[in-house]
Amino acid sequence: MAELEPQPFPPGRYPLIVVGSGPGGLQLTYCLRRLGIEHAVLSQDEAPGGMFRRWPVFQRMLSWTKPFTGFDRHSREYERYDWNSLLAEEEMHRGVMPEVMDGSSYFPSRPEMERGLALFAGRTGLRVRYRCGWETTRKDSAGDFVLGTTDGEYRAPILVFAVGVAQPFRPPIPGVAEVPHYGELRAVETYADRRVFIIGKQNSGFEIASGLLPWARQIILASPSPAKLSVNTHSLVGVRARYVQPYEDSVLAGGVIILDASIEEVKRAGNTYQVSTRNARENVSLVVEVDDVIAATGFTSPLRDLPDLGVRTVGQSRLPVQTPFWESASTPGIYFAGTINQGSQGMMKHGIPSNSGAVQGYRYNARVLARHLAEAHFGIQPPRRQIAADDVIPLLLAEARYGPELWHQRSYLAHVVAIDSDRGIVDQGITPLATFVDSAGHDGAAIALESNGREDLYPIVYVRRNNVVTEHLLPPDPLLDFERDEHRAAITAALEPLLSPSLAKPQR
Amino acid sequence: MAVGELADTIAGFALFADLTTPQRENVVDVFAEQWFADGEKVLRQGLSGSGLYIVLDGTAAIRIDGVDRATLRAGDYFGEISVLLGEAPTADIVAIGPLRCLVLPSSQVESFLKANPNVMFRLLQGEARKVRTTTKWLS
Repeated sequence: MAELEPQPFPPGRYPLIVVGSGPGGLQLTYCLRRLGIEHAVLSQDEAPGGMFRRWPVFQRMLSWTKPFTGFDRHSREYERYDWNSLLAEEEMHRGVMPEVMDGSSYFPSRPEMERGLALFAGRTGLRVRYRCGWETTRKDSAGDFVLGTTDGEYRAPILVFAVGVAQPFRPPIPGVAEVPHYGELRAVETYADRRVFIIGKQNSGFEIASGLLPWARQIILASPSPAKLSVNTHSLVGVRARYVQPYEDSVLAGGVIILDASIEEVKRAGNTYQVSTRNARENVSLVVEVDDVIAATGFTSPLRDLPDLGVRTVGQSRLPVQTPFWESASTPGIYFAGTINQGSQGMMKHGIPSNSGAVQGYRYNARVLARHLAEAHFGIQPPRRQIAADDVIPLLLAEARYGPELWHQRSYLAHVVAIDSDRGIVDQGITPLATFVDSAGHDGAAIALESNGREDLYPIVYVRRNNVVTEHLLPPDPLLDFERDEHRAAITAALEPLLSPSLAKPQR
Repeated sequence: MAVGELADTIAGFALFADLTTPQRENVVDVFAEQWFADGEKVLRQGLSGSGLYIVLDGTAAIRIDGVDRATLRAGDYFGEISVLLGEAPTADIVAIGPLRCLVLPSSQVESFLKANPNVMFRLLQGEARKVRTTTKWLS
């Protein structure tokens, strides 16, 4: 009976404190525990799950868990197809989501997602102090951070905030502050036969439009620039296919209208609204009369007073600017986990960001972050194995074909092997690609997957030799098999200078 | 930074001098805002997949083979040559102190310039100046 157990982590000093119990916080505490790092976890919520305890509004996830893949659901390879389960080292705790899904869709429902997260937390014995709200942050004279919470004061030299990006944001447009935000949508039947104006053409706007298709008389979606679609960007940038129906409705001239226009003002006029818009290209203004206006204008991160401690933020979402290891770029000692990791932009090759906004991306960040914290702050060196020169190419190609970190975090996380003058060839495991490319260090190679936004994805090898980095694109493959002869030949040529016998130490 | 503030900031940049306010808001909507810490690389010499960058504030060094050749400041842009030619950048661009930029991925540059001929003309003027400077060096 969890209810009767005393709450863990009473106020006091801890070596590290994690704030948040959504998937980001849960994944990190799991990984920290595996490495033996003592820490406390605080959450204002009553139970695990974070934003998935409430949202998405229409109660189904945008991330899939594919039940049948040819791989065991407890294998590492299966993770490529299961975007929603948290990661575990123990096989029995892997692949929780397919267990809780009813099979009616490969997108889990919100309650299924919430159940999956709670099941993972329960089975792996994660401890969280629930109903403990973080309120203030400061630094004391000893250099510790001090968290003021609803339960009292906590101190720690290192903090990790996994508090999500789910605080409604409204742009400073006259009248927008008074209209409901995405999360304040009424019951759908109350929109029957009404004219609805949705500000914003991201997934949240299109999700609402999709849900209101059978109800609203007219739906207008508007924002300054045209909607991007994920099927066109070949990435998670843009409106996902699930929500494209309103787009088709508009191009076939149904009841949906999509405007590329700035919103200048929203004015209440009796029982209706007057929305003033201006088209950027022709500079033409248009005033629309509607019955409802909904601001699907995005979300920010609830960082509270962290900017007062020097935490810099960027963009409309006010995401904290982060190093490749997710530490505040301006306030050392403050780290971030979960969807806030979007603020660590990585190399942004071809303009495509990381998938750190989604569970399938940031769950891997958490594992890398835990290892980084262990090494940088706790003097723990997780073992890294030596490998023979002959095994390097098969390892890297197998990672390109099966490594879930590479599939979910393209041009962002890479598998690295280093040529250490003392130890020979060492498998460094998964590392942020930017640190390999931009830092001086041992000679070595990193393999990642990359999308260029137009064609099929392809593996890419970065070779660092005498601190000069070169890139080598491997061919794409129509069946996504990157272990073919042509890949072997290309990677062999790329790695030849590194792996030639005169450079590599004998292994056996 | 909010869209309105950013739109005001870029009003002072030569590249966007001919745009109306809604057009500048559209620029801010289409471009992404990025922030770089001191010493962080924005573009990397020899690596593919770059974009068109405009400095909002801060400074950056143009670094070729480890040697700083020039400095970029607010209103300056870079990456356009590698985008237009479809080739990897021939220099590193490195933040000197905190740097904030707007960025447009290479895949969107052509459609953006065609939709904004005033920006295209200003960009062409900028390239002409660069050619003139280079010609002076050579003569």
